[in-house]
Amino acid sequence: MLHIVNKSPLTSSTLESCLNTATGGDILLIEDGVYAVTRGNAVESKLRAAMGKFRVHVLVPDLEARGLGDRLVEGVLPVDYAGFVELAASNKTCQSWL
Amino acid sequence: MSEVKKFMFVNRKAPYGTIYALESLEVVLITAAFDQDVSLMFLDDGVYQLKKGQQTKGIETKNFSPAYRALEDYDVEKLYVDKESMDARGLTEEDFLVDVTVLSRAEMGALMDEQDVVLSF
Repeated sequence: MLHIVNKSPLTSSTLESCLNTATGGDILLIEDGVYAVTRGNAVESKLRAAMGKFRVHVLVPDLEARGLGDRLVEGVLPVDYAGFVELAASNKTCQSWL
Repeated sequence: MSEVKKFMFVNRKAPYGTIYALESLEVVLITAAFDQDVSLMFLDDGVYQLKKGQQTKGIETKNFSPAYRALEDYDVEKLYVDKESMDARGLTEEDFLVDVTVLSRAEMGALMDEQDVVLSF
């Protein structure tokens, strides 16, 4: 299934809840959630560990809006809005960790 | 005009995900127009507001980050960034689009205590 996280990992515990609950599949980071996949931030190691279990995607327009297009942790899969739709359509269910 | 007061704006939210950062900037400019002693503090996710290279075309939202560079034209020159917040986000002073003073949490707290008015965003 698809898990969507839209909150900063350093301000909200939604990414942590997602990682602790989800069993696998796709995670998509959007809006302030994109800060989780930028190099050098405090949750980077947790994120990297999760990448063994999940396919982690990031919505690129949200990353670029925040001036972090060049800081993406390697291995994270960049998607555009069409890719977002594709992820939503190809998964049977979707949980937004609001 | 009555005496000048010390106004501090405490910015703790990332830009774009919520409206706080933009609203703070609007009030800062209003306050500066009244010739008050204005300081801006950036801590927690607020430090992201000052990140260089913001490109908002893809999210069809106004990029308000250039306005931070215009603050000095309004004599708003006291910008403080919390070191701990900056470090936890993998950022350095070179990542910011304006010159800032980097302080410790304790120094930020002391600065807060000196103010006449504290506005929280």
